[in-house]
Amino acid sequence: MKDAYDVVVVGAGPGGSNTAKAAAENGLDVLLLEKRPEIGAPKRCGEGFSVNGAKTLGIKPDPRWTINEIWGANIVAPNGKRVSVRYDNQVGWVIERKMFDKLLAIEAARAGAEVLAKSEVVGLIMQDGFVKGVEVERHGERFSVEAKIVVAADGVESKVARWAGINSTQKLVDIDSAYQYEMVVDLEEPDMLDLYFGNDIAPRGYVWVFPKGKDIANVGIGIGGNVSTKTAKQYLDEWIAKHEPFNEGRIIEVNAGGVPVGAPLEKLVGNGLMIVGDAAHQVNAIHGGGVFEASFAGQIAGRVAAEAIEKGDVSEAALMKYDKEWRAARGEILHRIYKLRRAIEQLSDADLNYLAEELTGEDVVAFANGERLAKLAKILMKRPHLIKAAKELM
Amino acid sequence: MPRKVDYDLCMSCGGCVGVCPFLALTLEHGIKLIVDEEKCTDCGSCTKFCPVGAIKEA
Ligand SMILES: Cc1cc2nc3c(=O)[nH]c(=O)nc-3n(C[C@H](O)[C@H](O)[C@H](O)COP(=O)(O)OP(=O)(O)OC[C@H]3O[C@@H](n4cnc5c(N)ncnc54)[C@H](O)[C@@H]3O)c2cc1C
Repeated sequence: MKDAYDVVVVGAGPGGSNTAKAAAENGLDVLLLEKRPEIGAPKRCGEGFSVNGAKTLGIKPDPRWTINEIWGANIVAPNGKRVSVRYDNQVGWVIERKMFDKLLAIEAARAGAEVLAKSEVVGLIMQDGFVKGVEVERHGERFSVEAKIVVAADGVESKVARWAGINSTQKLVDIDSAYQYEMVVDLEEPDMLDLYFGNDIAPRGYVWVFPKGKDIANVGIGIGGNVSTKTAKQYLDEWIAKHEPFNEGRIIEVNAGGVPVGAPLEKLVGNGLMIVGDAAHQVNAIHGGGVFEASFAGQIAGRVAAEAIEKGDVSEAALMKYDKEWRAARGEILHRIYKLRRAIEQLSDADLNYLAEELTGEDVVAFANGERLAKLAKILMKRPHLIKAAKELM
Repeated sequence: MPRKVDYDLCMSCGGCVGVCPFLALTLEHGIKLIVDEEKCTDCGSCTKFCPVGAIKEA
């Protein structure tokens, strides 16, 4: 370990490891720091990941994490009506995040990055309005590491950007409070994701059953962070108690977490600073997926970091290239999805039941990807009290 | 009075750390949630967010 690097990446989630790998592949001297003793564990994830996502990222599916194929989804309305879609081809996996994250960190290391677990960044070195490095705590020892660029890939609990003066606090209206059991349970359709909606079931969110095999599933819930009637755990326990066979499930793991479902940060960079992944609120606000988004942003950030360092300019203006490239590819679509989330959360159970009659499963999946929103707006328009929500979509 | 963590309930998920407007929370080593009593203003955001009800009024 040295006392200065081109780039220090804080956090070895998918965002950080992809950034570190891309930066190292582009010839930079990289240090990737993770405060937890074990990368990827405990997981804070339902572990859904799409085939298209993997293709776009150029991540080769590895049987160590592609543990269960997904071919479609069942969306269940508050009244129990199911809207299903089964595709002709495999559309995703439920992955083993612990393996996925660890292998990404291994790839970063193989590309030449130094990787260090159980090393926590506790502060920034700032000079003349530039981030110049980090303060690290490791096994009771404290030391500083200089960096031309620091990457905040420190997830939902991000502080690095805030230490640098960028307000990335997660507002309660823009975060989901999540809880999950991984359980052994007999599943009817192990190749389908199940999503249950309803204001009594999961206000501002949904309950999910993501199968990890024919008799294993992540059964979880996300609710609005501003919902204070009950906790996410209470809502999930109530749902499970009422639903066979999950009430008989054998619990092998318990997870919790926060999902940033607000709009992405307005600015992803500062002087000597780049922000990636959950830390930048780069998440699909409808389904809460962030593994793809963090990885995609990280790949751009790592490459732009190399370009900036080669030119000898790590100012905010130079690093804006990452912000611009990312926004051109993902910014508009994530904003659209965010607006959709704000519109949907105004719907009553009666409205949701009505939508379940009008929509196909393909429609719902398209909406979750920010597509076909004009169709949704048209359907909402038919109900006078939903005209406002429909207009917000357009 | 600063908020108190019930360590029997806390899942160490860190969501509250991102929610706290005053940077008063830290998830040390990804394991132990610490409240900085000087910074905590008792605003209750963390309590509202917590998926398991682990952060309480003192
Ligand atoms: C319950 C739940 C279910 C979800 N389900 C899905 C899903 O099915 N599909 C999907 O795509 N996404 C899902 N997500 C979202 C997904 O998990 C995140 O979007 C993704 O992990 C973001 O990656 P990241 O690299 O930005 O952050 P993380 O994966 O959170 O990585 C950040 C890392 O930084 C480390 N860190 C933080 N602070 C410091 C510090 N000071 N020093 C050193 N290290 C630090 C953390 O320990 C952590 O390892 C879910 C989230 C939750 C909570």
